[in-house]
Amino acid sequence: MALSGTAVPAVETRDLRRVFKGARGSPEVVALAGVDLRIERGEVFGLLGPNGAGKTTAIKILNTLLFPTGGVALVAGHDVVREAAEVRRRIALVSGGESSGYGILNVRECLWMFSQFYGVPRAEADVRVAHLLAALGLEPLAKTRINRLSTGQRQRMNFARGFVSDPEILFLDEPTLGMDVNAARELREFVLVWVRERPGRTVLLTTHYMAEADQMCDRIAIIDKGRTLACDTPAALRRSVEGGQHVELEVLGVPDGLAEVDGIPVTWGAPHPERGTHTMKLRLADGGRLPLVLRTLDAKGVAVRGVSTRETSLEDAFIAIVGRGLDESEAP
Amino acid sequence: MSGSLAALAPIERRPRHTGARLFVQALLARSYVRLVGSLREPTWMISDAVFPNLGMCGFVLLYRALGAPRSYEALALIGGVLTTYWINVLWGMGAQLYFEKMQGQLQLYFAAPCSRLAILSGMALGGLVITVLRSLVGVAIGVWVFHIQVAPFSPWVLVGVFVLTMVALYALGMTLSSLFLLYGREAWHTANALQEPVYFLSGLYFPVRTLGALGAVAAGILPLTLGTDALRQVVLGPAAHGLLPLGKECLALAGFGALFLVLASRSMAYLEALAKREGRLTQRWQ
Repeated sequence: MALSGTAVPAVETRDLRRVFKGARGSPEVVALAGVDLRIERGEVFGLLGPNGAGKTTAIKILNTLLFPTGGVALVAGHDVVREAAEVRRRIALVSGGESSGYGILNVRECLWMFSQFYGVPRAEADVRVAHLLAALGLEPLAKTRINRLSTGQRQRMNFARGFVSDPEILFLDEPTLGMDVNAARELREFVLVWVRERPGRTVLLTTHYMAEADQMCDRIAIIDKGRTLACDTPAALRRSVEGGQHVELEVLGVPDGLAEVDGIPVTWGAPHPERGTHTMKLRLADGGRLPLVLRTLDAKGVAVRGVSTRETSLEDAFIAIVGRGLDESEAP
Repeated sequence: MSGSLAALAPIERRPRHTGARLFVQALLARSYVRLVGSLREPTWMISDAVFPNLGMCGFVLLYRALGAPRSYEALALIGGVLTTYWINVLWGMGAQLYFEKMQGQLQLYFAAPCSRLAILSGMALGGLVITVLRSLVGVAIGVWVFHIQVAPFSPWVLVGVFVLTMVALYALGMTLSSLFLLYGREAWHTANALQEPVYFLSGLYFPVRTLGALGAVAAGILPLTLGTDALRQVVLGPAAHGLLPLGKECLALAGFGALFLVLASRSMAYLEALAKREGRLTQRWQ
């Protein structure tokens, strides 16, 4: 029986599994090997993982586009397999790089068409479409045919489509893929405003951009090889890995074979041929040790031309948890 | 960009989001694409409305040159008019889901709450309305250019038989749309393969009865064959050389319509279930 009400999580998966048959005798592919998630109403929740981690498979299952081969997936308390129609009434999916709509329609007509597929009454649909066009800066393009839009404009229209039915749960699968920096920033801001203004509305975001996840998400699940490796707030994820301060020094006159300073391991970045300097990278468990390091380098005759520091980033946490970066394939 | 939808009231999930109302909304929205699409590209109107009638013109001139009875000219005219519908059913219905898949649209349809049959019905309704406009060009050519004559007939009977034919024909198109996708090859090859044989088996430019046993088999599997024959019987009476009595052909057409609507619904449901099991049927390039 379906559950309802705001106490029910927006999304819940228990031991969610999906195995794809191998094509022509090749071995089967385990896309999800038992994923447990609980996303509360009103959250912006991020799903991060390297290529092939199972993010898109999970999104497809939650959008009723794919059957799981094991476990349970509930959206707004409704089972995605047995109550797919109930789930579809409450969700919308926007994927980066998709090409929704027909080129012959204009932007306003395309948004209206999708509103009708979601049963938005006609008068209400007209108002919503007009507001979305204004809110997303598409008003000047309202009467422009879709086949005459630039990639970025089309992406923006796809984005508007996701909101036209006022979904309870919005799935954004790499929504800013290929967008320019300003457009991506505006759309991120739009989503955050929408969630703030619409209590109980939930966003599940997959992205390749760490900064995007860091800025937008209340909580993030890191998945790899079909399993949830960690799930927490961005701040807590950063804290969960070995912290400290990351220091980069631009140095001149480095003695050969320098691999550590005061017992702290050093890695080297690319040289700067114009200035004849090198970039020395090290991580200090305690920021107070930096003056000591600088004094030691001075004693060794190394001239420091520049210093920059940063805290542990979400990317550092991701690499520590997964063992590789978002775009790196697994080591052979 | 103002970035806020605060002025909008949230949409409540009332029952209006489901059932017959949603079906009609989705149907009309999808048919709108067809109507607008054709009207915005006048070149489509020319290629779809004029060119298919050239075959009909050729046959009318041939019958005239051979001194065939004048009823044969009307027979070719009806066949020519129905050609435009068959082209629309094949390319605008049968191949359409494949094209939707290649555009990445099919997945969005499968994630939407409306009935998939509503989407197909919308394609059918929009295609039918536009094709009626196109086919009127053929009628105009027949009446005003060739002065083709027909026997007195009841327009109501004509409309009734036409509606039965169209329901059967477009329901077949709805079924083909799923089957083309399931077949997995590029849809235009399948559509091409079906185009000419069906022209022949439907006797579009000659009396179906002259096909003999083959005509009877064709009438048993193709609504276009029966529809062509039935419409000729309405317009030409005995001069149509009808295959079966008109009443029986109408009953068979109604049966075809019901059968293909059920098949369309079932094949679409099967297609969707298969897509969810295999995870690739609705995906572009797979």
